[in-house]
Amino acid sequence: MSSLLKITDLHVSVEDKPILKGVSLDIRQGETHALMGPNGSGKSTLAYTLVGHPKYEVTSGSIEIDGTPLNELDPCERARLGLFLAFQYPVTIPGVKVADFLRHAVTNIRNPVRKEGEGLIPMRDFRKELKERMEQLGMDIEFARRYLNEGFSGGEKKRMEILQLAMLQPRFAILDETDSGLDSDAVRVVSEGLRKLAGPQMGVLIITHHERLLEYNIPQFTHVMLAGKIVETGDASLAHELHNQGYAAVRQRHPHEAAEEQERQKAAGPGVVVGAH
Amino acid sequence: MTTDVPVLEDEIGVGDYQYGFHDPTDKYVFQSRRGLDRAIVEQISEMKSEPKWMREFRLEALDIFFRKPMPSWGGDMSQLDFQNMFYYVKASQGQEKSWDDVPEDIRKTYDRLGIPEAEKKYLAGVKAQYESEVVYGSLQEDLSKQGVIFTDMDSALRDYPDLVREYFSTVIPSADNKFAALNSAVWSGGSFIYVPKGVKIEFPLQAYFRINTQNMGQFERTLIIVDEGASVHYVEGCTAPTYSSDSLHSAVVEILVKRGGRCRYTTIQNWSNNVYNLVTKRAKAYGDSLMEWVDGNLGSRLTMKYPAIYLMEPGARGETLSIAFAGKGQHQDAGAKMVHCAPHTSSRVISKSISKDGGRASYRGLVKATHDAHHCKSNVVCDALILDSHSRSDTYPYIEVNQDNLTIEHEASVSKIAEEQLLYLMSRGMSETEASAMIVTGFIEPLVKELPMEYAVEMNRLIELQMEGSVG
Ligand SMILES: Nc1ncnc2c1ncn2[C@@H]1O[C@H](COP(=O)(O)OP(=O)(O)O)[C@@H](O)[C@H]1O
Ligand SMILES: [Mg+2]
Repeated sequence: MSSLLKITDLHVSVEDKPILKGVSLDIRQGETHALMGPNGSGKSTLAYTLVGHPKYEVTSGSIEIDGTPLNELDPCERARLGLFLAFQYPVTIPGVKVADFLRHAVTNIRNPVRKEGEGLIPMRDFRKELKERMEQLGMDIEFARRYLNEGFSGGEKKRMEILQLAMLQPRFAILDETDSGLDSDAVRVVSEGLRKLAGPQMGVLIITHHERLLEYNIPQFTHVMLAGKIVETGDASLAHELHNQGYAAVRQRHPHEAAEEQERQKAAGPGVVVGAH
Repeated sequence: MTTDVPVLEDEIGVGDYQYGFHDPTDKYVFQSRRGLDRAIVEQISEMKSEPKWMREFRLEALDIFFRKPMPSWGGDMSQLDFQNMFYYVKASQGQEKSWDDVPEDIRKTYDRLGIPEAEKKYLAGVKAQYESEVVYGSLQEDLSKQGVIFTDMDSALRDYPDLVREYFSTVIPSADNKFAALNSAVWSGGSFIYVPKGVKIEFPLQAYFRINTQNMGQFERTLIIVDEGASVHYVEGCTAPTYSSDSLHSAVVEILVKRGGRCRYTTIQNWSNNVYNLVTKRAKAYGDSLMEWVDGNLGSRLTMKYPAIYLMEPGARGETLSIAFAGKGQHQDAGAKMVHCAPHTSSRVISKSISKDGGRASYRGLVKATHDAHHCKSNVVCDALILDSHSRSDTYPYIEVNQDNLTIEHEASVSKIAEEQLLYLMSRGMSETEASAMIVTGFIEPLVKELPMEYAVEMNRLIELQMEGSVG
């Protein structure tokens, strides 16, 4: 039976400011969903909320995997249930080697009941697997010895997220602008990488502004977010249309949310640029 | 609920210190009465059948100790009761060359601490000091053939009297500070190392210090002489059992590194948190030599330790790497002193401290240059990581320079574990404890990677133990 990630009428606030205002979304293992929307519409907020960022408070609604509610679970427990986020801004952990970090992560995800201090997966098996995965993604094995994201270029960081995805093989993967800020070669590598990894065992939510990632990973569903709501859902052609024509038409079709978006921008004050595309 | 856990240990919050076990003391060969006076000092000297000059040296130091006031800075020593201590405790008859001959209780202790294993694997020589005396010693044969001396200080005084007399107390005079004076009066054990010209010792020499008796004072005295172009890496580890009342560890370490020589002195100390650890360490580095202190300070109630390097001649380099971890009820007041006594000398200090559960970590450092020490360089970097809001970190950098023609850099940073870092690691399946431990391990990694492999592993394990149960 394929698993289901079910988001129902989700309301989320950050520092008491409501950001998401009733988001519902069903993602099944094996499906690919695209989530698009202007900057500031709440896409990253949804991603962070799903993995349990403590700053993002669920005020109502629910997130469930196969009927298990996630609301009370911490990020570690959610990860062990098979949830993964490729971060828009991957975090640097100075002094922690990629290989050490990944060995811990892989051990925990594959043995969800593991307690800290208990044994790790055997070094030899792990090394072999890591090497294979890195080769597949065209990564220099030297990266395994570097400190996690320290001094990495933008492209290297994003590739590191994909490597983690490859090693952890989650049931549900959220990719938050994994293709942003990369040159076209890097976008191709990341896109191809994801295509190889995603399969019938993985439900994928791709947050993106670009087409390339979606060309390699054609979504069955495209969702458009505006002012904290999913205002439209279509198929791959909707993504194509948004990419070519921007969000003007969407705003016209949803004047209420467009007005709210305007309100928010005003409240944020000058100097904050929101709503590219 | 279990009721067989001693309540006392729980009350002082040291129940989880892994080396907290202690051995019976009824088979001991000798134990001085509590307290300190001329008679005790004379008794120690008598038992050791020392030459007259050493006995006089001790008695003079005792006078200095009584004369000097307690330091008014650093940590709180108001609970330290000198008259309640045992100053000399001898647990066995002599020093053994084979583990099998070491008395069983003591041997078991070192087995539990993993010392014989380590020796088999990667050490060039070992000394194990239990209470006041060294109970076991070994040195690889080829090294002794090359003229390397690695013995305990008491034997050295007997077997190499001229060498000891020539250098003893030339780096740290008794009058240097109150605790150096105390050590000079009642010292016992410690290591003596002489590395002849041009001899490079590939594997580390190790000493292991263990306090077992309650209210015991351990006062080892170490002297290392690295002759021209020679090199050595010396490693010491320290532990003590958990008692409800205090012990004192007050060592003196003197090192001379002659022209072109290299010496690295690594300490991994993990005292239980009722030990006052007040240690004076100083090296003199001569022309084109390199002296390095690598200092890992975990445990103890109060540690005050500022390894010093006097850069005596042009081309001398000094480096101190230190890690301090201050947990509940602990104050680590540690740092470094670099004294540039000659032109074209350089020094570097890297200090990393972690404080948690109300612990306090202070960096106290001095960079000094004499008036003719031109074209010197000094670089000091102190990073502190504070794990919760009731813990504390301070930096006290002192700079005394009478020179324009030199470069001194000092950087200090204080950080907390960022929410974003925790989230990132936890979103990869790490528990909060594991994530915090990983961040802390990464924080000290630049220093840990300088340790021999086995010690690096041990250090990381100790940090993980310190971190356990610390969140939530
Ligand atoms: N950590 C945060 N602190 C304060 N405001 C935030 C935070 N995260 C998001 N927001 C606000 O929530 C809104 C949605 O942001 P975000 O989810 O990042 O949008 P998107 O990813 O679609 O560009 C924005 O107005 C943003 O300023
Ligand atoms: Mg975003």
